[in-house]
Amino acid sequence: MPTSLLRAHQLTCIRENRILFDELDFDVNAGDLIQIEGANGTGKTSLLRILAGLSLPYEGDVLYGQSSITACRDEYYQDLTFIGHLAGVKGELSALQNLSFSLSIQGDRTDNIDQAIDNVDLTGFENANAAHLSAGQNRRIALARLWQSTSKIWILDEPFTAIDKSGVAALEQLFIDHTAQGGAIIFTSHQELLIANQQVIHINLEDNS
Amino acid sequence: MTPLDHQSLNYTPLSYGQLFMKVMNRDLKVAIHNKGDILNPLIFLVIVITLFPLGIGPETNLLTRIAPGIIWVAALLSALLSLERLFKNDFIDGSLEQMLLSPQPLFIMVLAKITAHWLLTGLPILIIAPLLGLMLHMEPLAYPALMITLAIGTPVLSLIGAIGVALTVGLKKGGVLLSLLILPLYIPLLIFATGAIEAASLGMPYGSHLAIISALLIGAITLSPFAVSSALRVSTN
Amino acid sequence: MWKWLHPYAKPERSYQLASTLLPWFAISSVILLTIGVVWGLAFAPSEAYQKEYYRIIYIHVPAATLSMSVYMAMATAVLISMVWQLKLADATAAALAPVGATLTTIALITGAIWGAPSWGTSWVWDARLTSYLILLFLYLGVIALNNAFDDKALASRAAGILTLVGVVNIPIIKYSVEWWNTLHQTATISKFDSPSMSTEMLWPLLINITGFAFMIGTLTLIRFKNEVLARNSMRPWVIELATKEGIK
Repeated sequence: MPTSLLRAHQLTCIRENRILFDELDFDVNAGDLIQIEGANGTGKTSLLRILAGLSLPYEGDVLYGQSSITACRDEYYQDLTFIGHLAGVKGELSALQNLSFSLSIQGDRTDNIDQAIDNVDLTGFENANAAHLSAGQNRRIALARLWQSTSKIWILDEPFTAIDKSGVAALEQLFIDHTAQGGAIIFTSHQELLIANQQVIHINLEDNS
Repeated sequence: MTPLDHQSLNYTPLSYGQLFMKVMNRDLKVAIHNKGDILNPLIFLVIVITLFPLGIGPETNLLTRIAPGIIWVAALLSALLSLERLFKNDFIDGSLEQMLLSPQPLFIMVLAKITAHWLLTGLPILIIAPLLGLMLHMEPLAYPALMITLAIGTPVLSLIGAIGVALTVGLKKGGVLLSLLILPLYIPLLIFATGAIEAASLGMPYGSHLAIISALLIGAITLSPFAVSSALRVSTN
Repeated sequence: MWKWLHPYAKPERSYQLASTLLPWFAISSVILLTIGVVWGLAFAPSEAYQKEYYRIIYIHVPAATLSMSVYMAMATAVLISMVWQLKLADATAAALAPVGATLTTIALITGAIWGAPSWGTSWVWDARLTSYLILLFLYLGVIALNNAFDDKALASRAAGILTLVGVVNIPIIKYSVEWWNTLHQTATISKFDSPSMSTEMLWPLLINITGFAFMIGTLTLIRFKNEVLARNSMRPWVIELATKEGIK
C-alpha cells in the first residue's frame, strides 16, 4: 500500500445545524490534482480549512503520515502551503516586503524573489504599497509564494479568482509542474481548468450530504 | 518513505531571535502608517486624568492622595482601548491565518507581536507619566516608584490583555466583552502597583511590591503566549 | 484501568446516566436542605453576640464555600476536555458556569444582608467579600464568552482557555486582595470570631453544605442533559428521543 501524503478520515462537518458533509474519506497521494466541487454553501471552504488544520471537524481526523495533523503541526506545516480567500497581505507594506515576510515565516525559499515577482507579473510594482494595488495584484502577491514553495501539499481556495487569462495559464502550468514533481494540490474553483487534463480528480461535496 | 524526506535541502528554520525580530519589525513598520492607533489611547489617557480633578475638585491634598490610583486605573483603561488592534487587522486581512499555518513556533511570533504592541502603547504611557503625576500633584518622592511600576507593569497589561483579544478577535462585538474578560485579571497588578507608589510617597521601602510585580511579569511572559496561541486557533476556526 | 469509563464517553450513555442519577440527587438535596434549614433556622441555639441574625450563615456559608469549588470543578472539566479531547467534559464545564455564578451571587447577597446588622452597612470592602465579587466577574466572563460564539464546541474551547487563565489567577487575586485589605484596614467590626462553633450550630450547617452540594449536582445534571442534547441535535438518538417525547 503506498503511503498517502494526506488522508481525510471520516470527516464530518456541521455548520449552523446543517450537515455539510458526513464521514468523508479520501486520500491525497503524490502527483494528485484534486478539485473540490459543489455549489455555494456545500462546505468547500470548510473542507479546505479542516484539511489545513485551521478548523476542527465535528468528527473524524486528517492524517499526515501516520498521525493526526493537530499532533504534528510543525512537521505538517513545513509541508503545506495554504492560500485561502484572504490574501494575508498588509496594505501598509510593499509587495516585496509582504512576499519576503511570508516566505520566511512559512519556511519557503527566500532567494530569487525577483523571479517570483516576475512570475506573477508584478515587476515594476514591487515597491508600491499593497494598499495602492488592485485586488488582483494583491492576490498575485499571495500566489507568488507558490513559485517559491518548498511544500509538497498545496491547499488553494479559489486560486483563480481575480486573476487574468495569462495569469491563469501560468498558474496552471505551475500546477502541472508541481504534481509532476511529486507534489499534490487540493483546490476549489468555479471555472474548469483550461488544460484538458484527465488527471484532475474531482470530489463533489453535493454527492455526500 | 515519509513525506518529510525532500524538506531537508531547502528548509532552514529561522532562529527564535530572527523570527522574533522579523515579526516585531513588521508590526512596527505597519504601525508607523497608523499613527492614530498609537496617539489616540494616549490622548484618551490625558483626558481621563483631566476628568478627575474636574469631577472631585482641585483640592491638592486629595489629588495627591489618589493620584497613584487614578494614573494606574487610567493606564488600565487606555491599554484596553489600544489592545484591540493587536490582532484585529491581521485577522481581517488573513495574515493571522498564515501565521498559524507557519512551521515556526507560534508562541515566539505571539510574543513578538505583544512586544511590538507594548513598544507602541506601553512605552508612550511611561514617557508621559511624569506629566500625569504633575497634573495630579503627585508626591515628589513617589515619582521613581510610578516610573518603575509602569515600566514593569505595562508589559503585564499587554501580555494578559493579549489573551482576551485573542479570545474575542473573531467576534463581531468583541470590544465590550474584552473588558469584561480581562479587567478582573488586572486587579492584582493594580493593587501592587498603587501599593508601591503609596509606600514610596510615605518614604517607605517598596522593594517587595516590585518583586511581586516582577513575578507577575515573569509569570505572564511564560504563560500568556501559550494561552494566546491556543486562543488564536479557536478564534480563526 | 479506565476501561469501564469508556462507554460513558458516548453522549447517549452519559445522557442516560445523568437521567438515572438526577432523581437521586434531587431527592437527596430536598431532604437534606429541609432538615438543615429547619434545624438551623428554628432549632439551633441563638448566638451570644449576634443573637438571631447569625442564622443567615446556614445559607451564606454553604454558598460561599461551594462557589469556589464549582470553579475548580469547572477547571477540572476543562482540563479533562483538553487532555483527552472529551467533548462531554465541555458540556460539563458549560453546565457548571451559571450554577457557580448563581452561588457566588447568593454568597454576596447573603453576605451583604448579614453585614447590615453586624457592620452597620451592607457593603464593606472586606477581603473575602471583595474576592467573591471578583470571582463573580470571572464567572460572568466565562458565561459571556460561552454565549458569544454560535458554535457550541468553539464556545467551549474559548471559555475553557479563559477558565484556566482564571484558575491561575484566583490564588493571586485572593492573595493580593487580602494584602490590600490589611493595607487599608478600616475601622469596621471584623466578622465574628468564633474559634469553636457549638455542635448544635455546626450540625445543621454541615447538613446544609451537603444539601447544597446535592442541589448543585441536581442543577448541573439538568443543565448537562440540555447541553448534551444541544450539542448532539443532529444525532439520530436525539431526534428519536425528541419524537418520542412528542417534540417536533
